[in-house]
Amino acid sequence: MGGTSSKLPKDLLSEYQELTFLTKQEILLAHKIFSELQGGENGPYSSRVSMQKILTLPELKANPFRKRLCHVFSTSDMKDGSLNFEDFLDLLSAFSDTATLEIKSHYAFRIFDFDDDGTLDARDLEKLVNCLTGETDDTRLTAEEMRQLISNILEESDIDKDGTVNLSEFQHVISRSPDFVSSFKIVL
Amino acid sequence: MCLRFLTVMHCFARSAQRRLQSSTQTSTHLHINTQTSTHLHINTQTSTHLHINTQTSTHLHINTQTSTRFAFSIAALINTQAVKRWSGVTGEFDPDQDGRARCRQQRLQQGGALTGWGLWRLNVHRSLKRLKEDGMDVLSSLQLWRADIHLIEGMFGTGILSYFSFLRFLVLLNFIMFLLMFVFVMLPMIITSHSAHNVTYSSSSNVSVCSEYLGSSRQGLVVFHEHITDLLSGTGFLEHTYLFYGYYKLEFIHSHFTYNLPLAYLLATVTYLLLSLVWIVKRSAAGFKRKLIQDEDRFQSFCNKVFAGWDFCITNENAARLKRSSLLYELKMDLEEERIKRKMANRTRGEKCRIYALRAALNLFVMAVLVACFYCIYEATVFSQRKQAEDQKSNFLLELVVEYLPSIVITLANFITPLIFNLIINFEDYSPAFEIRFTLMRCVFMRLASIGVLLFSLWDQITSCRNSGCPCGYNHQLYPCWETHIGQEMYKLVIFDFLIIAAVIIFVEFPRKIIVNYCDCGLVKWWGQQEFAIPQNVLEIVYGQTICWIGTFYCPLLPAINTVKYILVFYLKKVSLVTNCRPATRPFRASSSNFFFLVVLLIGLALASVPVIVSIAEIRSSRACGPFMSYNTSWEVVPRVVSQLPPSLCSFLQALASEAFAVSFFVITCLGMFYVIALAGAHKRVIEHLRDQLAMEGHDKRFLIQKLCQAQQAVYAHSPERRPPRGFRGNRYKAGMYLVEPLVELEMQV
Repeated sequence: MGGTSSKLPKDLLSEYQELTFLTKQEILLAHKIFSELQGGENGPYSSRVSMQKILTLPELKANPFRKRLCHVFSTSDMKDGSLNFEDFLDLLSAFSDTATLEIKSHYAFRIFDFDDDGTLDARDLEKLVNCLTGETDDTRLTAEEMRQLISNILEESDIDKDGTVNLSEFQHVISRSPDFVSSFKIVL
Repeated sequence: MCLRFLTVMHCFARSAQRRLQSSTQTSTHLHINTQTSTHLHINTQTSTHLHINTQTSTHLHINTQTSTRFAFSIAALINTQAVKRWSGVTGEFDPDQDGRARCRQQRLQQGGALTGWGLWRLNVHRSLKRLKEDGMDVLSSLQLWRADIHLIEGMFGTGILSYFSFLRFLVLLNFIMFLLMFVFVMLPMIITSHSAHNVTYSSSSNVSVCSEYLGSSRQGLVVFHEHITDLLSGTGFLEHTYLFYGYYKLEFIHSHFTYNLPLAYLLATVTYLLLSLVWIVKRSAAGFKRKLIQDEDRFQSFCNKVFAGWDFCITNENAARLKRSSLLYELKMDLEEERIKRKMANRTRGEKCRIYALRAALNLFVMAVLVACFYCIYEATVFSQRKQAEDQKSNFLLELVVEYLPSIVITLANFITPLIFNLIINFEDYSPAFEIRFTLMRCVFMRLASIGVLLFSLWDQITSCRNSGCPCGYNHQLYPCWETHIGQEMYKLVIFDFLIIAAVIIFVEFPRKIIVNYCDCGLVKWWGQQEFAIPQNVLEIVYGQTICWIGTFYCPLLPAINTVKYILVFYLKKVSLVTNCRPATRPFRASSSNFFFLVVLLIGLALASVPVIVSIAEIRSSRACGPFMSYNTSWEVVPRVVSQLPPSLCSFLQALASEAFAVSFFVITCLGMFYVIALAGAHKRVIEHLRDQLAMEGHDKRFLIQKLCQAQQAVYAHSPERRPPRGFRGNRYKAGMYLVEPLVELEMQV
């Protein structure tokens, strides 16, 4: 704190290195990008950047889950999806190369849980598929196909047959998905 | 049920305590609400977190549906060194400002609470870890082409990335092969040519007509275009250089010790084949494990596509749009495939007979096409050899065409046959996924078999003499030094392959991009922008690598040429990809593609080792050139050297090669295999068992929640003013609640 706006104190840097999955270079780069988003203000580390500004990042601009990402990682009391620097580091750490499968799958579950009720039910899954394929009418699956798809997903992943996918079922499915770790990655 | 809950929490607390290395005051803290009849406290005051005790540095909230498994996973996380994440260290997955501050405080306290020795150990541990991470950083930054591959990954996703990292792997493999041949074969010859060492040249036992070798070096005034022909086909001034086998005429180099060059040559060949095998198998082991797991449950394809379908690396808007459409396409295709499968299962017998008959007929047609191609390659090779032997001075271009005729025919065949296969597969009525794989297998077979046919026709030419029998064991009139000749053919194949790749990129892909951009007619729009077809590109480079493996024995500098070739191909492909291509509409999965590439490479290696082994062990080595002049076959150098070793070592090596040893080794390997198969079966059963347990956990939790609800209702029925506000995720009461682990402290503090 203090000094030029682009300096991250060494002790904080080593602490972040200890507590997240990011390397030193990644933390410094994240700090640089975050400072730019803050508009060059040398605010304390708890100052927040609004969701709109975060969404202008090139890594997130093209991501259909960007709003959900902000909501999941935000620790703001106002639930507006704003992130402070440590939230930002959380996000990057969960999406880094070295983060474990448990962490990634946990956050993936929360991102996909659109109504935040702790399970993925048919409505969540439908919203998820629509996010993936596109929002316009000609890029969606037909109602019949959606029904078939959701019933297939539930058949594959719902072990206790309650019609929803809970976290352990989700993690069970993810652990057998070989592409998950390589696709659940954000690189600055 | 409660008891099991207890023990789980207890286990977790123990491991958490171990990791945090702290005293009990800073570990988890809890309440036991004696007003409820159960031992579980539900804190409804805060909206998201449970601030039980603001002095503690850790607190947990656990979703009941995941409580037991979650606890185990947290315990597992905490016990591994890899726990980092705020949440992992503090045991909390929903940190907030206070949580993080508490985490920092806790670390400081940790540091303060420890004495000098403990503090020193902690610091050393931390700095070693940091050193290791920095070391890994440096190593990964030294990786070849890291920035370029990063860029490609960002623009096109992980499927195409796997092609380029495969190419990088091949560059490294070729470079290592070159180092091997250079150090053990070329370097001794270079040293002896520059310094005075006692050398023994290899010579055949009886000087006869077999030992005449003039080579095709040109005499007199050489026209410029003849130099070009020589450069492109390895004849003329290139023939008597380090490039080809025939130049290595030394047998022994006498210095402080005797260096046996033929032995070194042979062993270097065997080593590079074995090294390639080991390296490829090691690389594919990870992919193979994943593929086995994937194949276990083929019904998970929908979950994979939906949950792991979006590639978070994509930053380009265009690429994102295309990824979306490709996901849509994939999902539609999979759903359709499922419908087709259902339809196929309902086929009548008559329909089945008709389809099988059709498939048999089409397969016969495919085989006929393949045989026709192979025959063309054979004839082209024979014709080319004959024309080269006649050595008529004709037009420069015609000469080049004749030299390159086998390569041209192979390339044409490899261009036309995939089109035919793609056309035929539409009539065979397979499911879409199987169609793709089957066509690919046919293309792989075509590519690699064409090399086999070329080599067979060469071998046929070399070992057949016009008159009765071959006095030297090979056709010495046409091929006084047949190894150099094969080396030249392989050299030509490599050069031509590279020229074709470069020509296609420059003369087809770039104009296509320009035409598509500026021309608006219907046909052009249907042709569309270039798509980076990963399977075809991979087959191309595997083909090149197979030729390199075959040819290195005859042309020791071939790996170096191949390295340079692949480096150039990398840059050409990258430029073409970035400027001309759009992402594939049919995405190639990253995990299965890595495994597929390595399997095809292994097939290529297997195919390449057959001619090398046959020529080393069976064909009489030429008596006019090369290091094996005085031996019957190239392999003969090994028994001769072994017989000159001290008798104990000699008998030991002979015992290794005997039948008794081979049979017992085979039996032991079979036993090992049966053991591993049994182990795999046992693991499968354990997995089924764990799956059932997971289902039972869900039932347990539902039961607990019901009990909880009943207890709560009972409590609040007694004291209505304590009714909790509905704000805290009211809809979660039936689905899941946040519970704290109140019993943990009870266990620990007692």
